Amino acid sequence: MFAAAIWLLVINTPGWDAVRRSFLSPDTFVAALPRVWDGFLLNLRVLVVAAIAVAIVGTLVAVVRTLRGPVFFPLRALAAGYTDLFRGLPLIIVLYVVGFGLPGLRITEVRVPAEVWGTIALVLTYSAYVGEVIRGGIEAVHPSQMLAARSLGLSRGQALRRVVMPQAVRKMTPALMNDLVSMQKDVGLISVLGAVDAVRAAQIETARAFDFTPYVVAGLLFVLLAIPTIRLTDWYAARLRRREQSGAAL
Amino acid sequence: MNDARATAVLTVEGVRKAFGDTVVLDGIDFEVAPGEVVALIGPSGSGKSTLLRCLNLLEQVDDGRVLLAGDDITDPRVDVDAVRARFGVVFQQYNLFPHLSVLDNVTLALRTVHRVSRVEAERRGLELLGRIGLADHARRHPDGLSGGQQQRAAIVRALAIEPQVLLLDEITSALDPELVGEVLDLVRELAHTTTIVMATHELAFARDVATTLLFLDGGVIVERGGPEMLDAPREERTRAFLSRFRG
Repeated sequence: MFAAAIWLLVINTPGWDAVRRSFLSPDTFVAALPRVWDGFLLNLRVLVVAAIAVAIVGTLVAVVRTLRGPVFFPLRALAAGYTDLFRGLPLIIVLYVVGFGLPGLRITEVRVPAEVWGTIALVLTYSAYVGEVIRGGIEAVHPSQMLAARSLGLSRGQALRRVVMPQAVRKMTPALMNDLVSMQKDVGLISVLGAVDAVRAAQIETARAFDFTPYVVAGLLFVLLAIPTIRLTDWYAARLRRREQSGAAL
Repeated sequence: MNDARATAVLTVEGVRKAFGDTVVLDGIDFEVAPGEVVALIGPSGSGKSTLLRCLNLLEQVDDGRVLLAGDDITDPRVDVDAVRARFGVVFQQYNLFPHLSVLDNVTLALRTVHRVSRVEAERRGLELLGRIGLADHARRHPDGLSGGQQQRAAIVRALAIEPQVLLLDEITSALDPELVGEVLDLVRELAHTTTIVMATHELAFARDVATTLLFLDGGVIVERGGPEMLDAPREERTRAFLSRFRG
């Protein structure tokens, strides 16, 4: 009802015809789709690599932050400083600093493609978020579980892997999947470094056709990518809630 | 090495432990011979639990030594994980792993620490669970079991690694009264074949099962003796504690 009312309002605005021509042109849509799709495949590749890297780096950060004892203070402080910095920095600034600053150091002779710098920036930012989620999950598992595992002779690593992490994962999955949804669209930001991804391809097509429809194409692709993850997150969260309410521990 | 030490499974010498300014253990000495069942009794906060945790190195002692079958396990160079694998520990709150089946709880240490194959570990686990009548529950998760069943499963988990000494920390305190019996029956049975050090409030049970009782108060062993100590305590503090218990 409400949506229909807004829709009626919008299509009765004086500029609607002009906007429709420049955002929703069927011809431009069909013409732009292949290029934008090619760019979108780059987004997907970046997403897969970044997600795997974030899972690894985020876990490392979380484990370092949960280390106890004065010996590990420098490591702990380093990890804490890292998460503070990258959770505070806007992703776009990280992208500029990494994408334009690091190449300037001329570490390698070969030219590193923009999407690689983009991926590094994404991993740096998202590992800080994900590291905090994982740390929260680890700390939500009662310390007596670690104690019981250690008293059976398991090393700290074994206890983390076999006892604490499996329980932590259940607690943190909804939050992690939200971060994944968020990252799925943020991969579009690597376009600011010049990588020809879906957003950049749409920009190029827009300039060619004098028509903004390619952006709509790119937007649609991102939404289609996000929907399964969003549904899955909702379903999983609901299932956890049901289980908790029915009294079962897991 | 003298004779007493050679025969003792566990030797505790002058163990001290403080948390900040609070001295919890103030020079504890005792020995445990193979097959002996030692009961630690005493008021809450007397250091019973801390003492148990010092034995399997969940806490570090400030001073003194603990020898396990002649090995100084309080030596800083000792492999802590290897030492812990020689003790079986059962906690007040069971502390079973909720994400694993009962059988996986029992076999986890065998598989990960002792590198026993899954098939062999499960064979042993099922045999142990069968002995306490829990074989039918082996594939269930702990939350599907009663408190008494969970605690018995926790005892079996501790036994699966074939520990040299079994440490029981107030294992019936969290149980409903009607479930205490089944757990104590299991311990009574184990007492014939296992070396046990237990902290307990179950004085009647301690009298039944323990070969030696140690009465702790204020971080020291006030009195030690056989089961008859409960009937005829020599020390005034023991007497006061026991009379409070009987109401």
